Formats: sequence, structure tokens, C-alpha cells
Amino acid sequence: MVNPNIQGKRYPRSASYLVGREKIREFARATFASEESIDLTVAKAAGHKDLVAPPTFPIVLQEFGLKLVIADPEAGLDFARVVHGEQKFVFQRPIIAGDLLTSELSVASVKSLGGNHMVVFDTEIFDESQTLVCTAISTLVVRGEDA
Amino acid sequence: MPEITELAIGDIVAEKNFHLDRDSLVRYAGASGDFNPIHYRDDAAAGVGLPGVLAHGMLTMGLSIGPVVSWLGDAGKILDYGVRFTKPVVVPANGQALITVIAKVVELDLDAKKARIDLQTSFDGNNVLGKAQVWVQL
Repeated sequence: MVNPNIQGKRYPRSASYLVGREKIREFARATFASEESIDLTVAKAAGHKDLVAPPTFPIVLQEFGLKLVIADPEAGLDFARVVHGEQKFVFQRPIIAGDLLTSELSVASVKSLGGNHMVVFDTEIFDESQTLVCTAISTLVVRGEDA
Repeated sequence: MPEITELAIGDIVAEKNFHLDRDSLVRYAGASGDFNPIHYRDDAAAGVGLPGVLAHGMLTMGLSIGPVVSWLGDAGKILDYGVRFTKPVVVPANGQALITVIAKVVELDLDAKKARIDLQTSFDGNNVLGKAQVWVQL
């Protein structure tokens, strides 16, 4: 049972995450992206200083924050009962290899719906100059005890 | 790079088939760090009442945007991308799950040079993503 009082709670900022070029390639290939999308020459021709991360790559940083929620006894989030309901990424700019990022997760809302809980998490991802790069918004459905 | 003036509502800008097998799920688990065993172990999936080993929703979301990125020629043109996970993709131990993605223009903002592309991602005749919407900068 999710504690509704965690609505509005902000979890501590993550450690720095250095976006690696080969990590981008690994993630891109695992999501069946084209080889062209991880070609340095193509990225530079498009005006980027290095490879652009695939659009769903920020999930890796969202995961850091979710681990804090799962480990938080106040939250009461039983991960075995969690189903991923919705996911969204809003970019201020693309994530580029070489970026040194940190992320911070907050609980946007906790709602009850027919014995289940719906929890919305916002993860803000910042670069080294503390400028917002991307927001990852995740809705998790937590099935009730009798569901 | 496509020109916004050459696009019309209803245009299909990309279409692609994907074949997922268990290897695909293990590779995605490693790349993403999501090692939930329901995505690679039959006993773990059955233990929580699932019909079989499921593809990570984030894998389905991730592969669905690929055809749009290829069409744009630059992942940096994606402004936002959101989906709802509506149905699971069951991946057999021996065999493949076929996923089909169709990307269609649904809205054009000529002043801001932005377009909304909706994705239809289907498996086994059902849409597995709902409200799969992408805003792109053209």
C-alpha cells in the first residue's frame, strides 16, 4: 500500500552520471535503433558535438530515483506489485555523449483507483551547469493487496 | 531532413517490423539496467500470474521511436515522446514476437515548425501502446 503522504516528496539528487558514447551505442542497439543513428559522422553533420542519446535513454537516470523510492520505508512501494502504466520524456535539449548529468525525482501525485494506486513520478535531469535537460514522467500502477 | 511544408495530416512517414526473441530481452535488460526476472525467466513470470515472459514496456517504447528517428535523420529533433502501456508483449522461449510500428502525421504547427507524429505499435493484432505521441522539430 503506497503512502499517499509521499505526494510532493523530493528524493536526493543522484550522483553524477557521465553519458558514454559506447553506452549510447549499447542502448541504441538494444532498442533496435539504426546504425546511422549512432554514427559519429552523421551526428556531427547534424551539428552535434558527439552522439545523441536515443529518446528513451533517460530511463536509465529515472531508474536511480526509483531505486530510492523502493528503498524508502515511508513510501511503502512494493515493486512486485508495480505495473508500468505510462511514460513520457520532455526534452529541453537532446542528451549528448560527454554530458555529465544528475537527476532528481519527486512524487507528483498519488491517487487511489479501484483498489489500485497510481503514482506519478517526475524525474528532472540536469547538466553540469544545472540547466534542465529533460524531464522523465512515469506513471506506475501499484496493484492492491487483493488484486 | 524532411520539410514541414511537404507534410500533410495522415501521411505515414515511417513503418517497420521488429522481431523480438528472448535474446532481445536479455540485451535490453543489460543495456537499461532493468533486470526484473519476469522479462527473461518463465518461472518468475508465471509466479506473478503473467501469461508468459514479457518484453519490457520500455523496450517496446524504445524500439517504436526508432523509425521516426531514422526518418528525421537526427534523434536531437525529438521534443517530447509519451506512451501508455496498454497490452503486454509475450515473448516465447523458442520463437519470436513480431511487432509492427506505423508512424503517422496527425498535427502540424507551421509557425513553430513542429509536427505531432502518432505511433501505432501492434503485436498479435492488438495495439500495445496507447496515446503514443511524438512532437518533432522540423
